[in-house]
Amino acid sequence: MSWIHIMILLPFIYAILVPFLYKLYSHKLHTGWFVMPIPVIIFIYLLQYITPISSGEKIYTTLAWMPSLGINFTTNVDGLSLIFGLLITGIGALVILYSIYYMAKKREALHNFYIYLLLFMGAMLGLVFSDNIFVLYVFWEITSISSFLLIAYWYQRPKSRYGAQKSMLITIFGGLAMLAGFIMLSMMTGTNSVQEIISQMNDVTSGPLFVPAMLLTLLGAFTKSAQFPFSIWLPDAMEAPTPISAYLHSATMVKAGIYLVARFTPVFGGAVEWFWIVSVVGMITMIWGSFYAVKQTDLKALLAYSTISQLGLIMSLLGLGSASMAFGFTEESAMYTVATGAAMFHLINHATFKGSLFMVVGIIDYETGTRDIRRLGGLMTIMPISFTLSIIGGFAMAGLPPFNGFLSKEMFFTSVLRASELPIFSMETFGIMFPVIAWVASVFTFVYCMILIFRTFAGKHQPERLEKKAHEAPVGMLIPPIVLSSLVVIIFFFPNIIGQSLLKPSLAAILPGFTQDGAFEFITKIEAWHGFNTELFMTIGIVIFGTLLYLSHKKWSSVFYTLPEWFSLNSVYNAALEKSETVARGITNNYMTGFIRDYLVYIFAFFSIALLTCVWVLKGVSLDISNNAPISIYEVILVIGIVISALGVLFSKSRLTAIISVGALGYIIALLFVIFRAPDLALTQLIVETVTVALFLLCFYHLPEFKKEHSRVRFRITNLIISLGVGITVTLLALSAQGNKLFEPISSYFENSYELAGARNMVNAILVDFRGFDTLLEILVLSVAGLGVYTLIKLRKQGSGTNETE
Amino acid sequence: MFEKVLMIVLIALTISIIAAIYRVVKGPSMPDRVIALDMIGINLVAAVAVISVLLKTYAFLEVILLIGILSFVGTIAFARFIERGVVIERNRDN
Repeated sequence: MSWIHIMILLPFIYAILVPFLYKLYSHKLHTGWFVMPIPVIIFIYLLQYITPISSGEKIYTTLAWMPSLGINFTTNVDGLSLIFGLLITGIGALVILYSIYYMAKKREALHNFYIYLLLFMGAMLGLVFSDNIFVLYVFWEITSISSFLLIAYWYQRPKSRYGAQKSMLITIFGGLAMLAGFIMLSMMTGTNSVQEIISQMNDVTSGPLFVPAMLLTLLGAFTKSAQFPFSIWLPDAMEAPTPISAYLHSATMVKAGIYLVARFTPVFGGAVEWFWIVSVVGMITMIWGSFYAVKQTDLKALLAYSTISQLGLIMSLLGLGSASMAFGFTEESAMYTVATGAAMFHLINHATFKGSLFMVVGIIDYETGTRDIRRLGGLMTIMPISFTLSIIGGFAMAGLPPFNGFLSKEMFFTSVLRASELPIFSMETFGIMFPVIAWVASVFTFVYCMILIFRTFAGKHQPERLEKKAHEAPVGMLIPPIVLSSLVVIIFFFPNIIGQSLLKPSLAAILPGFTQDGAFEFITKIEAWHGFNTELFMTIGIVIFGTLLYLSHKKWSSVFYTLPEWFSLNSVYNAALEKSETVARGITNNYMTGFIRDYLVYIFAFFSIALLTCVWVLKGVSLDISNNAPISIYEVILVIGIVISALGVLFSKSRLTAIISVGALGYIIALLFVIFRAPDLALTQLIVETVTVALFLLCFYHLPEFKKEHSRVRFRITNLIISLGVGITVTLLALSAQGNKLFEPISSYFENSYELAGARNMVNAILVDFRGFDTLLEILVLSVAGLGVYTLIKLRKQGSGTNETE
Repeated sequence: MFEKVLMIVLIALTISIIAAIYRVVKGPSMPDRVIALDMIGINLVAAVAVISVLLKTYAFLEVILLIGILSFVGTIAFARFIERGVVIERNRDN
């Protein structure tokens, strides 16, 4: 139990205390103040790691959990997990500070809110620091569950519940797929630790499970990170309170998939499938998200789609960066690692500006009572600080200087331009696609950023359309976005601090093959000015085209409505859900008819078909009648009698005849027992048969008057076939078993029952002495049956059925 | 010789049982069927006795007694059923 484990588990432990704190102090002090120190402590603790990590150390600690299964809570702190840990705790602290002012103390169930939030934070920390794939999966699912709880925080609203259900279905579907991929990985390599899998992966890249494991793991990453086509849950998750949207759906949870892809790049990277799937899905997500973000009229939905688009950008960069592994780890392949560097850099940048933008949108919502762009406008003079913050965030998102988005956007363009010249993966033909898509998506990004800023803050103020009188937010609410925005600016001016301390070790974790110094030197030389090159002209083109598109937005925005409403991923999802329900219900109603005769048909058909197939396939029939006793005339007569009475049951017109035929059958069997020298059996059989017939007659007598059927059994061809099948099956099995005696029976042992048990009657000696346990429990069966009959008769509900005593 | 006699007896008993079964199946009225069943029971007693002699064993004497009792009880029950509509009458006081 080292400090790092304590720090990961601290949120979980503290979550237990939250309800007590809420109960004791909620009327005096906002519960958030009690929760606030936790992420701060963890953040400060994680800051200490920067120095050793940036000098190339890896800190690896183990806590035994299930050692016999090879599942231990091992933590691995390297550059990659440290970036995520700092993001989670830093933004977590800011979000909690923001939520203290955002969530009302009186109205909201704050203890629930902070418990879910702490659960989520702990799960996220565990996810990024776990080295064991199964522990990682455990934390992964806890993030899904806590996210589900947080989205449905206002569970009274149907839309919240819908969004929560949708996100849960999609992310848990991906999580389970990921678990399957992890199991395959652990089967291939024989270890559960990510680091050991990486070191052993070179042996199994050609194995049959390599591609399935890759696809399943990617399915998990894509669903969590809202990549196309699984991105549909993210816009609906905006029903959550705004601090949650800022925290989960911009900075942390949606980055879990990014983390997974980055973490497993050393495992799968270099494979052509990985390169294409990750980069192309990322590109599609990027352009799809940016295109749809322009359409939105709700600020949070706009930010949701922009998050999808930015995540697609990061994902595609990770895919492009993996190309460097295909080259081996040489000087020239290092130039392609710029994509991975850009991915990590943009990940940090995106967390800063997107978090701040969400908070600003929350402030607008809080102060004006609406998030609808069509109602807002002219808030520039009323909310100057928020306006400044959104300018910073929006321009950073659009990729303009002097904000950090500009730097990562430039690196992004560098990466796609270099990737388009890749000499492998048939990039000669398709390579040009990447810069084009990237550029078009960036244009749309620019447009929606401008919409976000200027539709909200510029233009005409319409106080009559707002629910409240707008004014600037309280200072406590403004502190977190101010901190994040100042980070946006600071990172632009001093990018190399981050580059040296965080990005470089994270690249060493993602691409561990590059051992020589100087492979990642570019990351510490990030500059805003490279001279006039293609990337700069691309940016200028984006600004020009984006401005033109924004100004003519009214003219072309009808393009969004050319596609009909049903032609969207959401309607596909809804239809699929509905369809699967109706189909499942239909199937169930088809075969679960409620008629016992149908179920008996299934049972008997399955029984005979399965057994006959087995017998057929395994050549199980071998009829050997050499050991059989000779057949005497009495047996023939009795068997003929049995057949006659059985047919009498089948073809009887009335039930009474059937009952009597059954009785005759039983008596003939008693006679068979007589002939086969089993007196005890004959005695018992006679008594039981008599009692049974009497009971049948009782039932017959009490049949209701109406609908009494005095007709023969209705003929059904399926029943005939199945009954014949079952009869044939049983006959075949009995004859085969009879003909294949493998060893002598043990009955010779019971023959000295007199010496062993002092009984001349062997059957009785077996029943009560050699094998008395069976008899004991048979007695129990009879007593249970008797008690059951008694209760059935005595404990009848009043008024149901006719009472026999009347 | 003795066995042959027993066999002939058995066959005769079987024929009479089959005749009784015909009456059980055909029997136009309920009492016909009940009496046929009683007759089957008695014939079974005889058949079991003959078989015991054939098998040279005492083991089936209880079976003979039991069949006698059962066929008697069964016939009585059927008779009550036909007469009164119930086999076991309830005490009307409680």
